[in-house]
Amino acid sequence: MWDSLQILAVAAPVFNVQLLLNGITVGAIFGLVAYGLALVWGVTSVKNLSQGDLVMMGGYLAYEFAKHGLHPILALLPVSLLMFGFGWLLYRLIIRRVIQLDLFTSLLATFGLAITIQQLLNIAFGPDVRTVRSGFGNFELFDGMVEITQIKLIAFGLCVLLAIAMVLFLKKSRMGQAIRATAQDPRAARVVGVNTDTVYAMTFSINAAICGAAGVLIAMIWVIQPFYGIAYSVRAFVIVTAAGLGNLPGVIVTALGLGVIEQYSGFVLGAQFQQATIVGLLLAILIWRQLALLRHRKALQ
Amino acid sequence: MSALTSSFAMTRRSLALHLALLAAGVAAPFVFPGHTIQIAIFWVFVLFALTWDIMGGQMGYNSLGNILFFGLGMYVCAVAQIAIVYDVAQYTAANGAVRVDFSPKEYFQGLALGIVLSALVPVLFAVVLSWVLFGLRGPYYAIGTLGVAIAAAELTNSWNYVGGGMGIAMPVFPGGPGMRERFFYAACMLATVLCYLFLRWLYSKRFSLAVNAIRDDEDKAEALGLHTSRYKMVAWAVSAFFLGIAGALFGNMTGFIEPMETAFPTLTFGIFMVAMTLLGGKGTLWGPIVGSTLFYALREVTWTYLLGWQYVALGVLIIINVVYFQQGIMGWLRQRRPQWFASRAETPASKALETGGKA
Repeated sequence: MWDSLQILAVAAPVFNVQLLLNGITVGAIFGLVAYGLALVWGVTSVKNLSQGDLVMMGGYLAYEFAKHGLHPILALLPVSLLMFGFGWLLYRLIIRRVIQLDLFTSLLATFGLAITIQQLLNIAFGPDVRTVRSGFGNFELFDGMVEITQIKLIAFGLCVLLAIAMVLFLKKSRMGQAIRATAQDPRAARVVGVNTDTVYAMTFSINAAICGAAGVLIAMIWVIQPFYGIAYSVRAFVIVTAAGLGNLPGVIVTALGLGVIEQYSGFVLGAQFQQATIVGLLLAILIWRQLALLRHRKALQ
Repeated sequence: MSALTSSFAMTRRSLALHLALLAAGVAAPFVFPGHTIQIAIFWVFVLFALTWDIMGGQMGYNSLGNILFFGLGMYVCAVAQIAIVYDVAQYTAANGAVRVDFSPKEYFQGLALGIVLSALVPVLFAVVLSWVLFGLRGPYYAIGTLGVAIAAAELTNSWNYVGGGMGIAMPVFPGGPGMRERFFYAACMLATVLCYLFLRWLYSKRFSLAVNAIRDDEDKAEALGLHTSRYKMVAWAVSAFFLGIAGALFGNMTGFIEPMETAFPTLTFGIFMVAMTLLGGKGTLWGPIVGSTLFYALREVTWTYLLGWQYVALGVLIIINVVYFQQGIMGWLRQRRPQWFASRAETPASKALETGGKA
């Protein structure tokens, strides 16, 4: 641990740039997944614990397309469409029935969904770690001290594009306006003629499509494995919990920050502590909020 | 849904039912000597569901990470058992190669110490964690507890003192063949029966009304002067106490423990607890027991006939249960046969109210 700190601080400060770049590119994808979670959470009040497994499913679809010779970047569109359809199906079968029920029900139903998806992926593709080759080279900075794969930068760019497209969709399109209206007040939205059932279905399906796209990017720059989904779900929850619902800039900043922190903790403490770091961070945020609440209560008294 | 039970005063029919179940439990290892361990695991499952229901059913705090206390108890007991005769770090580093001959006296002393500690340490953790996590409500609490359990598994996995991912080979039981199974069967059954009796007593007290009030409306309960955080802490500590003991027994029964699959299996045992309670009907004393019995039977069938697909079946079962059969078996029975619940439904609330919890 001290060795790695010494490398960062004294021996090769340039290495910080490497960690930052890796962290930001990965964090952008976390942000995408968290944004989908926040969208569904805000509109339907369903807390989707199968978020990460939808991501993995997208990754495996890209893997399957790549086996048939389709480049993963080109696979983004068909994967998103397939995941959109899958999301619609899930909505019709499951999500629709848990929207009115209490909050924990939706959590548990999606947890059951998460188990089902990861096990089906495990049966279909086996437990091996996979990746999809994109065939791009590396950029070298600082005389080869810092190396970044081009695909990471491309993935980062695609993430930004997707996020912009989502914001524009929500702001400008008729459906986007209906979604925002439903998020504010479903009853009032129904009164003015919004079909909230369709809005819920659209929201969940769009989220599935976003997750699918994120999965394609992760399969290109990282690895996929049937059981890695839960880690992405937990990360998405950490980000949304820390940033708060409906706070897009907050989600972006937290996601990028989380990506960077994870890279640093992975380098300094060792890769096996990555998940523990995320949870530690979550607990730290919660304790901090608890203390803020206590102060608030004292002030009230 | 209020607690089903009153105090220990029961009708003759209910007493006969209890005695019959007890007799069946005692007879089981003699009737099916080859399946003693499996039936012992069934008792542990009942304990899982009972302890989960204290929080999830009665209090409305749905924890997804109660398995933390199970694993904690398992590891605390293992370390205590080894530590009284040997150096723990050396023992775990040798990875089962060191065979320490525990004399029967050493073994049982270690086990007794281990069980006591495995009950107390999780309680301590529950008290400390409750301060952090009970600021959370609803889904945030569920996610928070899930996160803590996952983190515990990962930290144990990389902590070499307790063997890390290689696990610990537990001390060998000193008795003859077949004795180990029977001993731990009896211990598991005893733990579960004690847990049941304790909860039966606890639910007949003011405690039951208090935690139900927290479930129904925490803010109002607090406004009425209820020390909600104290009750929440006690409820979690009770869960932790029994889960810790169950962990200690389970670890010794399997003979080998490691963090991911045995001690902190968030995605199997951790979610089984919830599934079993929901299946039986949460917020009732008998719901978890009925649910765990049915779930155990289903699990045995799917594990035998659907090998490879068993977890898919589990996920589908949870979805169907939650989405289409929310009230559980006890809730369904209550709707269909309200007369069965009539005499019992009155007693706990009214009695405790009249006597101010001294019933």
